[in-house]
Amino acid sequence: MLKFMSSLVLLLLSYTFAFASALPPPKEGELLPEIVLPAPQDADGQRYLGVSGSQTFSVFDIQAEVVIIQIFSMYCPYCQADAPFVNELYHQIQKSPQIKDKIKLLGIGVGNSRFEVDFFRKKYDVAFPLFPDDKFVIHKQMGEVRTPYFIGIRKHPDGSWKVFYSKLGGVKNADDFLKTIRKLSGLN
Amino acid sequence: MKKMFAGSFTIVLFLIHAHMSYGLSEAFKNSVYNPGHLKPIDSRLKVKVGEPAPDFTLPSLSGEKITLSTFQGDKNVVISFVPAAWTPVCSDQWPGYNIAREIFDQNNAVLIGITVDNIPTLYAWTREMGNLWFPVLSDFWPHGAVADRYGILRSDGVSERALFFIDKKGILRHAYVEDINVRPPLELIVKELKKMNRMPSLE
Repeated sequence: MLKFMSSLVLLLLSYTFAFASALPPPKEGELLPEIVLPAPQDADGQRYLGVSGSQTFSVFDIQAEVVIIQIFSMYCPYCQADAPFVNELYHQIQKSPQIKDKIKLLGIGVGNSRFEVDFFRKKYDVAFPLFPDDKFVIHKQMGEVRTPYFIGIRKHPDGSWKVFYSKLGGVKNADDFLKTIRKLSGLN
Repeated sequence: MKKMFAGSFTIVLFLIHAHMSYGLSEAFKNSVYNPGHLKPIDSRLKVKVGEPAPDFTLPSLSGEKITLSTFQGDKNVVISFVPAAWTPVCSDQWPGYNIAREIFDQNNAVLIGITVDNIPTLYAWTREMGNLWFPVLSDFWPHGAVADRYGILRSDGVSERALFFIDKKGILRHAYVEDINVRPPLELIVKELKKMNRMPSLE
């Protein structure tokens, strides 16, 4: 009986874990699972995202209408090559008084330590906040997508955040990417 | 009951498999083979810290042969063994080193990448990483001889995921064998290089 019970427990546990690790990538039109990140270490990062606290914050607390999430890795050649275009996207947003307070950008380095994320930031002079996901926790939540991957979410009047963009591939062209983001998010 | 056990066992195996974590660059698209979760370490080191690192000569991708001892008196050497081309964690290791040349330059070190794959395979694989600034050596024939000399050849013929730090006098200063399923963090290399520069060996 004991054997049977332990098998059953194992079986149930296995199903739970198997389910947890098999989350699909975020789907356009659906709600984004809540992403919790370590608090930005610098005042600039905190000010930019409009979040406070020294421990963690939720992506849903970011003061914006649209958040663009870049899933990248310091070790990914395509992410390295795309870094200048993502920077250009950030600067274009910041240059526009119309949208600079409405669209915020952040990067999550999957499997990267804080040191590795900082290395990437310095290497490519990245001005928007980057966060480490060294234990692949967020990567699993996001369906273990390949990198680079971009997710765009829009805040709705009821406070929920819906995915309007979820695609594999880099920015490549900041103008076109921003146009797509503005069109799909409905932000004018 | 037996069936039940077999079932649970299969699912547990699946579970372990499903929990192997790695990020994968789009650069490799669908070309990367997933070997699943492997035994973390499957060999025993044959080299000792504080002793001369065994010398070797291996062919590199550029066609020239590279001999470890030629760096003696001139440069510190970091050797990065990765288990196999076209596998998940390895494919996302050297591209990171490729943007970190200054870490090695600042510490008067060279980096050497080695796998037990043959040259054509290494050529095709590393082309997906962009132009690597460091030499990539093939320990293919006699198969894995250098990996075996260092004690990192696994029972299935691939090497461990290992880093060796050798100082200018050719002395092995640190040997780091990582769980094959995991990528060693970049800060580890920085730490060991700084240590090696701060405290040159006495021999």
